[in-house]
Amino acid sequence: MEQQQILEQLNEIFIDVLDNSDIKLTEATTANDIEEWDSLYHIQLVVAIEKHYKVKFTASEIQSWKNVGDMANAVKSKLGA
Amino acid sequence: MAPDNRSFIALKKYLKKPVDGLKSIRVAIVADSASQFIHQALKGFGISEGIHYDIFEADYNQIDLQVFDPGSELYESKPDYVIILRSSEKLLKKYYSLSGEEKSQFGANQTAYAKNLYQQISSQLKARVIFNTFPELNDAVFGNFSTKTPSSFLYQLRKLNMGLMDLAQEEKNLFLVDLAALVAQRGYAQFSDAKMYISADMVFSIDILPDLAEQLHKVIQAIAGSFKKCLILDLDNTTWGGIIGDDGLEGIQIGDLGLGKAFTDLQLWAKELKKRGIIIAVCSKNTESIAKEPFISHPDMKLRLDDIAVFVANWETKVDNIRHIQSILNIGFDSMVFLDDNPFEREMVKQNIPDITVPELPEDPAEYMPYLRTLNLFETASFTEEDEQRTKQYQEEANRNILQKSFANEEEFLASLGMECEIKPFDNFTIPRIAQLSQRSNQFNLRTVRYTEDDIRRIAQSPDHFTLSFSLKDIYGDYGLIAFIILEKKSADTLFIDSWIMSCRVLKRGMELLTLKSIIDLAKEQGFSEVTGEYLPTKKNELVREHYPKLGFTTTEANNYTISVADYPYDKNIYIKRK
Repeated sequence: MEQQQILEQLNEIFIDVLDNSDIKLTEATTANDIEEWDSLYHIQLVVAIEKHYKVKFTASEIQSWKNVGDMANAVKSKLGA
Repeated sequence: MAPDNRSFIALKKYLKKPVDGLKSIRVAIVADSASQFIHQALKGFGISEGIHYDIFEADYNQIDLQVFDPGSELYESKPDYVIILRSSEKLLKKYYSLSGEEKSQFGANQTAYAKNLYQQISSQLKARVIFNTFPELNDAVFGNFSTKTPSSFLYQLRKLNMGLMDLAQEEKNLFLVDLAALVAQRGYAQFSDAKMYISADMVFSIDILPDLAEQLHKVIQAIAGSFKKCLILDLDNTTWGGIIGDDGLEGIQIGDLGLGKAFTDLQLWAKELKKRGIIIAVCSKNTESIAKEPFISHPDMKLRLDDIAVFVANWETKVDNIRHIQSILNIGFDSMVFLDDNPFEREMVKQNIPDITVPELPEDPAEYMPYLRTLNLFETASFTEEDEQRTKQYQEEANRNILQKSFANEEEFLASLGMECEIKPFDNFTIPRIAQLSQRSNQFNLRTVRYTEDDIRRIAQSPDHFTLSFSLKDIYGDYGLIAFIILEKKSADTLFIDSWIMSCRVLKRGMELLTLKSIIDLAKEQGFSEVTGEYLPTKKNELVREHYPKLGFTTTEANNYTISVADYPYDKNIYIKRK
């Protein structure tokens, strides 16, 4: 799957979980750019992404993500594996 | 329409809905793990069901601080319900810190600790307390041999769960939400998410939150008096396999025939519910005599005619028939469950009677029971011996209805019933049933003040209160305790009717007249000159809106009434003999 396509899908997930339809993700987006995105929502986002792609992330993986680009990369590598 | 409250995301959407007008219940959540999600899930679930949980959530891991400090935020928040959530993970850590000797006492010591928690809370608050049982976390130190090793974690955890159940029996205001049973049904992997536990100290997975919220909601609602009282069964392909009108008595599937086992399991379950006090009714599109035949003469039927309180089989719509059943039983649609294999019938009932619960039975009858067990439809907060008699009482009621038609007038009919009533102050034998009536009566309830067993005990002892209980029987049977009165001394002259509650089974029998006469007699005996009463309207007690005016009380202000003891005329015919 292409990075751009994953980004679009992540965008949908973010809108659904954060209940905010104005969200426009780029690879550089971080939690600082989206008001609702706090640690509690982060957990919900991770669970929603796992569910969507039917993958599992490790606790250290989710702590290493700096921005949405890292998330998309993590998804891509899981799907590619 | 059933609300969408099956996912955490859906529950969170309810948090944005307005809560004005919803019934508000104050709840405190104190947990030994991060509880933000449980807070949100319970609140959202409540709103989806029309309840506003006004929640105080203690900071992380503060159980001892909140409970043992009398000035804590927990006590300041004055909750109606205190939920203490503890996790097997934290329990395990505590267990590992102990020496071998202490390990063998762990379950007992933890039970004593739970009792201590409960007693502390009870000494500060008049709240109901909810603990959880501990899911069976197998730490895999002894393997299966832990079952033979008293110092193992699993052995002690199970002891603790038993200890908690014993404690809940002793303490009337302690209830348990059975997480161990929930996990047995859904599995530990579903229940907890290791990643969330490690990185955020949350022991419950996102997917289990709606279930957890639902169980908490059901426990609270059952305590508050809202629960299911009646199961209505369709017959063909629900109670048995096949169609009795086409397949005939020998052709229907039940017992060992074909898919019979699935239907037998359902019948056995319904029969147990009936023994617990759930009213079983039948609603079927059939010719009545044909529909009744299996109940009478099929050897494999578990349900028999005397298990069924109301049997309706005809060619009217199910909507009309369920309304008819409701009118006979005199209970709210929201306390009824309707089981039908036919999606069309289900939809029609749901559309027309939105308050009734209609489970989406799976297509395969083999899945009926596994599915129904997951729903926990019949949560309750009390069980007494009288519950077991309920079906009989409703059948007797149906017989009385038939008899009533053949009398020239109502007075003649009432006289023929040979009714006898025992009237006495509350005592140890009647108090549990009185508390139960106080919790569950909605319709014939003038003020809907809910009392617990402890409250009732206190009132029975109080010098400022007078109490009366009424037990009725007639030639058809024994109704048991069907009404009670709590009178409060307001001044030297005035007696106030704090509670006037009657079971709707005994409406239209002159019980109200006898009750009033007993109140006046008591007032006179005790030297009061005036009796006052109040009507507090709720969604369900419309029935008694005009109760006091009808009995000859005068209105003093809106919903407040008075009657003079000296002027009471004693002019009504009462057909109930005092025993």
